[in-house]
Amino acid sequence: MTTSQLIGTDPGWISLVKGLLIFVVCVLATLMSVWGERRIVARMQQRLGPNRVGPFGLVQALADGVKLALKEDLIPKAADRIVFVLAPIISATTCFMSFAVIPLSGEVTLFGHKTVMQLTDIPVGVLYVLAIASVGVYGIVLAGWSSGSTYPLLGGLRSSAQVISYEVAMGLSLVAVFIYAGSMSTADIVAAQNQWWFCVTLFPSFVIYAISMVGETNRAPFDLAEAEGELVGGFHTEYSSLKFALFFLAEYVNIVAVSALATTLFLGGYHALPGLGFTENWLGGWFTVIWFLTKVVFFFFIFVWLRGTLPRLRYDQFMKFGWKVLIPFSLVWIMIVATLRVLSQQGAPRVVVIGFTTGVVLLVLAGSTLVESAKKRRIREDALGEVSAPSFPVPAIPGKSTTKEVIRETEQLNG
Amino acid sequence: MVNLALEVGKTAQPEAIMFWILAPLAVVSALGMLFVKKAVHSALLLAWVMVTLAIFYIAQDALFLGIVQIIVYTGAVMMLFLFILMLVGVDSSDSLVENIRGQRVASIVAAIGLGGLIVSLISRATLGVEAIGLQDANSAGNVQGIAEELFTRYVFAFEVVSALLITAALGAMVLAHSTATKSRTAQRDQSIARFRGASLATAAGLPGSGVYARHNAVDVPGLLPDGTPAPSSVSATLEARGDMLSTKPFELEAKEVEED
Repeated sequence: MTTSQLIGTDPGWISLVKGLLIFVVCVLATLMSVWGERRIVARMQQRLGPNRVGPFGLVQALADGVKLALKEDLIPKAADRIVFVLAPIISATTCFMSFAVIPLSGEVTLFGHKTVMQLTDIPVGVLYVLAIASVGVYGIVLAGWSSGSTYPLLGGLRSSAQVISYEVAMGLSLVAVFIYAGSMSTADIVAAQNQWWFCVTLFPSFVIYAISMVGETNRAPFDLAEAEGELVGGFHTEYSSLKFALFFLAEYVNIVAVSALATTLFLGGYHALPGLGFTENWLGGWFTVIWFLTKVVFFFFIFVWLRGTLPRLRYDQFMKFGWKVLIPFSLVWIMIVATLRVLSQQGAPRVVVIGFTTGVVLLVLAGSTLVESAKKRRIREDALGEVSAPSFPVPAIPGKSTTKEVIRETEQLNG
Repeated sequence: MVNLALEVGKTAQPEAIMFWILAPLAVVSALGMLFVKKAVHSALLLAWVMVTLAIFYIAQDALFLGIVQIIVYTGAVMMLFLFILMLVGVDSSDSLVENIRGQRVASIVAAIGLGGLIVSLISRATLGVEAIGLQDANSAGNVQGIAEELFTRYVFAFEVVSALLITAALGAMVLAHSTATKSRTAQRDQSIARFRGASLATAAGLPGSGVYARHNAVDVPGLLPDGTPAPSSVSATLEARGDMLSTKPFELEAKEVEED
């Protein structure tokens, strides 16, 4: 029986239970990930992080949430009241919706009923997730616009430009998956990966998706929409109390959602690691949920790692990267994938496939060599001319002098 | 024919309930879109109308069409939103003053004409045509069926529409574009200027403003090693405005230094 047929036999109350479970898991995941992020970042910065409230500071996020809810709820005078209230509601409702099509487990028994932990399976499941994501952006843009203040407006506009550009790259990276899985349903895509995960066979798509999912969720190093150094708090500058809490919740649920989608599309979903397939039957199939959550936590760790490591991109560099690197690259990659797929479907001789692949690899090598040599030439041309040195030591200037010369100069200066 | 119409007229109970809730909402917001003052509210109501239409499509078993409707139209309305901000400004309301004479009459005529065109096209496409039914239309799969129609029979119309959309986007860009009177110095230019200027002394940036026990703000200069204030540590604007404070009141008194 296929997944969609299996879900089709669910009575209404099972669907309700599943929906409730998904909601609870998402909210708990938010609380845990706020705590986890603060602890991991703290470790990376040689600190301890929250460790006072509860064992290991585990309930810190809950305490913060309660405190946030008790704060005064302000609506600025210049704000557009209806839209101002609507924006966080849009953000917080849409972020949960994409979980409806994510398969969290293989076949399990829930209250004596054979089913899978997936609310529904639709033939265009992944497109549905994209649609929900594009509605979710409205929360941010409207929050920015309705606040009636400059910083939020700039943050909201940045975010809309960002999400529009990175959604193109994200959509293109998914096309290769659709071509290879032959379906847009999440359950079918997971089933298509029982031999090789798509992160291996479609590695470039995986890289593009991983980059654009960070852009999509407004997270460091792409958190230009709330760049606190330039825009105070970005789109949520004017928000306080529960409305702010909703944005906070939406951000973390979104991180979990894109991680869950990445797991489903590229890391084999709820399947076990290769060679550990026997574990999928443990606990009556419920062990697959643990595999799924492990992979999601892995992605979440990457998110935190990025935040702890990389500085924020400048806005123009970020846009250039999206439009001039990611999108053309994914277009070329899709053409290659489509050609290979058609060749293999039409039963082309192996020589043709190997010849095509070699040709592509050679072209890429030639292109990258040209780019590298152009870069070297530019560096040579950019080299500095003679500039009088100040009376105090300065670091080596590229193209001007070597470190040794600087050390000699410094020694001369110091006598 | 009549039987088919009767059969089509029957709607499943949940779908009927959904229709009677969403349809009035859709119509009200469509009307609201025309009559609200702020252009952004109009765009929002348009987005809502498109979402309700998508829900109707999904209820009619056109899952792919419904989802694509949401993706395309939320993106499109977002662009509209940006166009509003680019072309009319953040807080703009509709002005009812007629700038071009006869514009109102012309637009009413054009609207009626377009309506007539759409009604006649739809009636030509539906009246007197036997529906082949979902079963047959989706025989090769819903997505595959749409793809086949779109890229074989309607490929020309499809391409023309995309050309139209690109023209609209370019037009908006041209309208919103303003030529810069002087080139802006970007971060890279500033960096090059710092390192290729007369001296490398300011390569690491200008000195910071002063930090004193009783004052810590950008309006007081920092002190150089010889005890004189560094003028480059305070913004030239503050200095010109006369808002720069003297460092004198914050310096240590000579007596205290002797006591140490």
